[in-house]
Amino acid sequence: MAKKTLNIVESAYRAVMEEQDDTIMWLLAAMQGAGAEHTVVLRGNAVNYAVAGQGVPGLTVGEWKQTQAPKMDRDLVDLIEKRKIPVYIVEEDLAERGIERGELVPGVKLVSRTALPGLFAEHVLVSHW
Amino acid sequence: MSRKTLTFALMDPPYESENLTTAFRLLDVAARRGYNLNVFAYEGAAGLAFTRQVPHPNPVHGKNVAEENHPTTKDQVAALLVEAQKNGGKVDWVNCGMCVDERGVNEFVPGTRRGSPADFHAFTEASDNVLVIPTK
Repeated sequence: MAKKTLNIVESAYRAVMEEQDDTIMWLLAAMQGAGAEHTVVLRGNAVNYAVAGQGVPGLTVGEWKQTQAPKMDRDLVDLIEKRKIPVYIVEEDLAERGIERGELVPGVKLVSRTALPGLFAEHVLVSHW
Repeated sequence: MSRKTLTFALMDPPYESENLTTAFRLLDVAARRGYNLNVFAYEGAAGLAFTRQVPHPNPVHGKNVAEENHPTTKDQVAALLVEAQKNGGKVDWVNCGMCVDERGVNEFVPGTRRGSPADFHAFTEASDNVLVIPTK
């Protein structure tokens, strides 16, 4: 049985345009497919990944056009619904950024900072990205 | 009015940050306006024009190579050169030679060249403005 791992993701929007996804979300999805058992906590600026309807036009350089620009909300829904990876959002970090619960994609769970130690205790490993 | 010349110093490696996306957005606009552009690709940015970059599929997205259409910075560099030329400007893209050697990325997009910090100095002296986009 795989070791349950809690992944705290804090770094946000790093290279997502060039990779067309978030490198850590991608890694966790790929590892889950290989039998890993992951849980995600989004904190800091990464809480913005859960805001529904986000996205940007692809990069354009002259005649070259990016056609598959990243959509972080879509990838988060994929993690939750298809990969069955629980995704928590630190509610204080949402509040600090003025993001309301109703703006988030379905399926995410809110967790307070004071409740995080309880989540730590439920997992064998904690990885902070 | 004479054609403006802008110099950019880039430092981030490809696929590691959003800095290069910002840089290419700015370079694209400048090329569309027909400016002459100098680019000093330093440290990790020396890999931007490396020709062996290969697009990959995305199994997590369930897309093959064609569907994912993964961007490579070498294609963006090549497109920049074409766009500048189309609008009457020119691009002098210098890949820092020592940076290239230590990374083994010494096969460049045609139209870019190997150079040194002396080129960046010369660019600075000859430009209307200089923008450094460093690694933070």
